[in-house]
Amino acid sequence: MTPVASESLVQSVDWLTIAPPTLTAVVALVVLVADLFVPEGRKRLLGWTAIGGLTAALALLVPLRAGDRSTFCLTADTQVTACSYTADHFTLVIQLLVLGGALLTALLSLTETREKLPAGEFWFLLLSSAAGAALLPASRDLATLVVALEVASLPAFALVGLKRGDRMSGEAALKFFLSSVTATAVTLLGVSFVYAATGTLHLTEIAQRLDDVPGQLQTLAEAGVALTLVGFAFKTAAVPFHFWVPDTYVGAPLPVAAYLSVVGKAVGFTGLILVTVVAFPSYADVWGPALAVLAALTMTAGNVAALRQLSTRAWSAVRLLAWSSVAQAGYLLVPIAAAAYSSDDQIGATVAYALMYAVVNLGAFAVVALVARSHPRNRIEDYRGLYAASPAAAFALAFFLLNLAGLPPGIIGLFAKVTVFSSAVDAGLGWLAVIMGINVVIALYYYLRWTALLFRTPEGAAEKVRHRTPVPITLAIVLTAAAGVVLSGYPQFALRFATDSLF
Amino acid sequence: MIDISESVMQFLLALIVVGPLLGAAAALLPAPPGLKGKSPDQAVLRHGVTVTGVILLAAIVLALGFDHAQPSRMQATTDISWIHALDVRIHLGVDGISLPLLVLTALLSFLCALYSYFKQQHQRLTPRASGPSPKGFVALLLVLESGTLATFAVLDLVLFFLAFEMVLIPMYFLIARWGGEGRQAAAWKFILYTLLGSVVMLLGLLLIGVKAGTFDMVALATDNGRGLTTSVQVIAVLAIGIGLAVKTPMWPLHSWLPDAHTAAPTVGSVLLAGVLLKMGTYGFVRILLPITPDGMRTFAPYLAAFAVAGIIYGSLACLALARPGNKGDLKRLIAYSSVGHMGFVLLGIATMTPTGVNGALFANVAHGLVTGLLFFLVGAIKDRYGTADLDTLAGATGAALYGRAPRLGALLAFAAVASLGLPGLAGFWGEMLALFGAFEPAEGLSRPAFLTFTAIGAFGTLLTAAYLLLVVRRVCMGGPRPAGETPIADVQGYEFAAWTPLVALTVLAGLWPAVLLGLTDPAVQKLLAGGNQ
Repeated sequence: MTPVASESLVQSVDWLTIAPPTLTAVVALVVLVADLFVPEGRKRLLGWTAIGGLTAALALLVPLRAGDRSTFCLTADTQVTACSYTADHFTLVIQLLVLGGALLTALLSLTETREKLPAGEFWFLLLSSAAGAALLPASRDLATLVVALEVASLPAFALVGLKRGDRMSGEAALKFFLSSVTATAVTLLGVSFVYAATGTLHLTEIAQRLDDVPGQLQTLAEAGVALTLVGFAFKTAAVPFHFWVPDTYVGAPLPVAAYLSVVGKAVGFTGLILVTVVAFPSYADVWGPALAVLAALTMTAGNVAALRQLSTRAWSAVRLLAWSSVAQAGYLLVPIAAAAYSSDDQIGATVAYALMYAVVNLGAFAVVALVARSHPRNRIEDYRGLYAASPAAAFALAFFLLNLAGLPPGIIGLFAKVTVFSSAVDAGLGWLAVIMGINVVIALYYYLRWTALLFRTPEGAAEKVRHRTPVPITLAIVLTAAAGVVLSGYPQFALRFATDSLF
Repeated sequence: MIDISESVMQFLLALIVVGPLLGAAAALLPAPPGLKGKSPDQAVLRHGVTVTGVILLAAIVLALGFDHAQPSRMQATTDISWIHALDVRIHLGVDGISLPLLVLTALLSFLCALYSYFKQQHQRLTPRASGPSPKGFVALLLVLESGTLATFAVLDLVLFFLAFEMVLIPMYFLIARWGGEGRQAAAWKFILYTLLGSVVMLLGLLLIGVKAGTFDMVALATDNGRGLTTSVQVIAVLAIGIGLAVKTPMWPLHSWLPDAHTAAPTVGSVLLAGVLLKMGTYGFVRILLPITPDGMRTFAPYLAAFAVAGIIYGSLACLALARPGNKGDLKRLIAYSSVGHMGFVLLGIATMTPTGVNGALFANVAHGLVTGLLFFLVGAIKDRYGTADLDTLAGATGAALYGRAPRLGALLAFAAVASLGLPGLAGFWGEMLALFGAFEPAEGLSRPAFLTFTAIGAFGTLLTAAYLLLVVRRVCMGGPRPAGETPIADVQGYEFAAWTPLVALTVLAGLWPAVLLGLTDPAVQKLLAGGNQ
C-alpha cells in the first residue's frame, strides 16, 4: 500500500475513453427517472431510449479504435506507472460484443416489456448490467474488476426474477443469486490474499511482484490466485459451477436468458483472461493445467447433458441452448489454457470464438423467442415443420445451429473452431484437442437433430392461427443472420483478433 | 488440346467450384417467369439439369484447354488471400491428378440430375405417394457437387478441410429424407462416423500447418517434408490418415458404408460411391504422399495390410451376401464390393511407387464409372421389383433378367464383368498396376511383406470374380418363367441416356488406358519426387 499512500490522490480523467460504459449507465438512470413521469401509454419510449443509448455507446467506440488510451493512471510522482482503466484493442472488442449483445437483447425484449415485464425496471436493470459488463474488460486493477463484476451481476439477478407472479422465475433468481454470491465471496477472499501477498491491486504490478513473493507468503499467493479464478469460472458457467445454468435460463424471461448466455459469459471469460494472462502470468503452471482440465470437463458435461434433453419436455429448446452454452464455454476456455503453455498470444482465439458465438447464439435465441409466441411451452418438438410455416425463420435457425455445430454452411462457426483447435495444437495440448474433437461430434448430434426437425413435414394439420411477427424480433433475426453470413463470407473480420496482439 | 488463355481457365475453374453453390441458392427461390415449366417440381429438376450441365460443359472445356504436354504443372491457378489471420488462401488449381476426378464428378452429377429429371417426368404419369419436394433435393445435390469439386480443386489444407466437410450436411439430408428403409440410423451413422474422422484429420492438418508455417499444399509438396521432423510427420499421418481412411473407407473403419448405401436413394448411392469415396483416396495422394513422406513410409506397410484385409473382407462379405438364403441386399453387396475395390486403391498408394499410385488413381476413376453404373442398374431393378433383396428377386432358380428384360440384364452383366476387372474394360488396369506396384514397392519398404500383400490381393481378384459371377447367374439367368407373370419394363430411353456415357467411358478407359495414365503419370512422378523434377 505504500506507493498509493504517498501519492497525490487526484488522477486525471479522460472522459472520452470511459464514455461507452458511462453513457450506458447515464441512460440507465435517465430511463429509471423517466419511468416515473412517462404515462402508461408511452412506456414504449423507454425501450427506444434504451436502444438509442446502447447504439450511441457503440458509436462512441469508433473514436477509440486506435486502442492506445488509458485513464485513472497513478500520478507521475510515483515510480510506478499503472492505470485502472485501459481502452486497448481487447477492451474495445469485448465492449463491442457486450454492448452489441445488450442491444440485440433489447430488441428481443421490446415486445415482451410491452406485454409482461415492468418496463422501467427492466430497462434500468438491463442497461446497468450492460454498463458493468462494458466496464469489466477495461478494468486493470482488482478493485475495479470486482466492482464491475458486481455491477454486471446484481441487476442480472433481478432481471431473472422479473417475471411477475411466476414461481419458477423467483426460484431461478434465488438459485442464481445464492450460487453467484458464494462465488463472488470466494473471489473477494482470493483478491485479499493476493493483495496481502503483493501489496498492490494493479494487475500489471501484481504480475511483477508475484515473481518475488517472500517465501512465507508463497502459499498465500497461490491460494489467492486459485480462489480469484473461482468467481470468474462461475460466471463463465464452467464445470463444476454450472448447475445454476439450465434452471436459471428456463425461469428467466427469454431475452434475459439470451443476455446471460452471451454477455454473462463474456463477463466471465474476460475476467478470467485479465486475471490469468495479465495479472498471474508467473503462475501459469498453476492455472494452465487447471483451466485445461476445466475446459475439457465443461465441454463434456455440457454436451452430454444437452444430448440427454428430451425433445418433448416443456422448455426443452431453452434447456438445450442452456446446456449447449455450457459446452461452448468449454471451447472458450481452451485458448486461455493454451496461453499458459505457449509464448504466443492465444487469447485472440477466445475473442474470435466469442464474437462468432455471440452472433449465432443471440440469433438462435431470437428465433426461439419468435417460436415461443405461438408455442408457449417451447418444446423442441414444436419446431417440427417450422420450414412449412415460416421458411425464413427455419433457414435462419438452421444456419445458427450449424454455426454452433461448426459445419458448413456455418463457415464462420467452422473457422472459429479451427482457430481454437489451432491454439490447442500450437500449445502442444494434443489431448485437449482430441477431447474437443470428440465433443464436436457429440454436439453435432443434437444440433443436427434439431435442424433436421425443422424440415420435417409437420404432424397433423398445421394450425391456421397466424401470429403476427413483431418487428423488433424480426430485426434481431435479420441483424444476426446478416452478421453471420457476412462473417462466413469474410471470416477475417472476426478472426483478425486471433492473430493480433490485443493488449 | 485447344489453346485457351490462362484467365479464361481460371474463370472456368472458379465457375466449376462456385457455380453449383449459386445454383443451389437459385433452386430454393421461386422459378422466374418463363421458366416455370409444367409444375414447380419439373421446373426445379430442370434447373438442376441445367446447372450441372453447365458445370459439366465447363469441366470439359477446362479439360480441353488443359495443357496436356505438362500435366504435372498446376494449371488454371488462382491464389487470393482469404483469411489472413489463419493464413488461409483461396488457392485453386488443377493438374493431371485432379483433372480426371473433376470431370468424373461433373459427369456423374449431371447424369444424376438428368436421371432424376426424367424419372420424375416418367413417374408423373403414374400416380404415387407424394414424397418430399424435389426443391430441397436439387439444392442439396448441387451443394454436394460443389463440395466434391472443391475438394479436388483446392490447394490449401484448411480449404480442403472445409470442402471435405461441405458434403456432410447435404449427404445426411439426402439419405435421411429421400432414403429407403432404416434411413435415419444410416444417415446418423454416416455423418457421425465421417465427422469424427474429419475432426481427427483437422488436428493433423493443423499440426502440419503450425509446424511448417503454411497451409499451402503446393509449397508443402515442394518442401517434401523437409520442414517437418519425422515425429511430427508420423503423428500427422496417423491423424490425417484416420480421417481419410474413414472416408475411403478402409477396413476396419468401413462399417458406415454398407448401411449408408443400402438406405440412400439411387442418386445418393451413385454419388457416394462414384465421387465421395474418391475424396479420401485423393487426400492420400495429394496430401500424405508428398507432404509427409517419412511418416507415410512408416505407415505404408500397415496401410497395405489393412488394404488387402479390406479386399479379402469385402469379397467374402459379398460372397456371403450372394449365396442363396442369406437375404443379401444387392445395394449392400455393391457397397461391400466398394470396400474391396478401394482396398486395391489403398494398396497402390501404400506402395509409394509411381506404378502403384498411377494404378490407384486409375482404379479410382474406374471404380467411379463402374460402381456408379452398378448403382444405377440396381436402383432400376429395385424400382421395378420393389426390392433389391437377392433371394426375393431370384426366387428358386434365378430372376431371368436376360429373358424378361434383356437390355437391363445385359447391362448388369457388363457392369459386373467390368467390376471384376476383365481385361479390356476399365476395372482391369488399375488393379493390375496396383498389384504390380506392390510387387516392387518403393525403397525402404519391406519387399517380402509387400509380396505377401500382392499374393493376397491377387487372390482377392479371384474372390471378386466369384461373387460377381454368382450375382450375374442369380439375377440375369434363371429357369422358365411361370405363365401370367406381370412383365417388367426393359431399359427406358431416359435410362439409356444416363447410362450410356458410363458404359462408353468404361470401354474407352479399358481399351485406351493411356488417356488417363498420360495425365496422371507425370503428376505422380512429380509428387513423389517432391516437385524437384
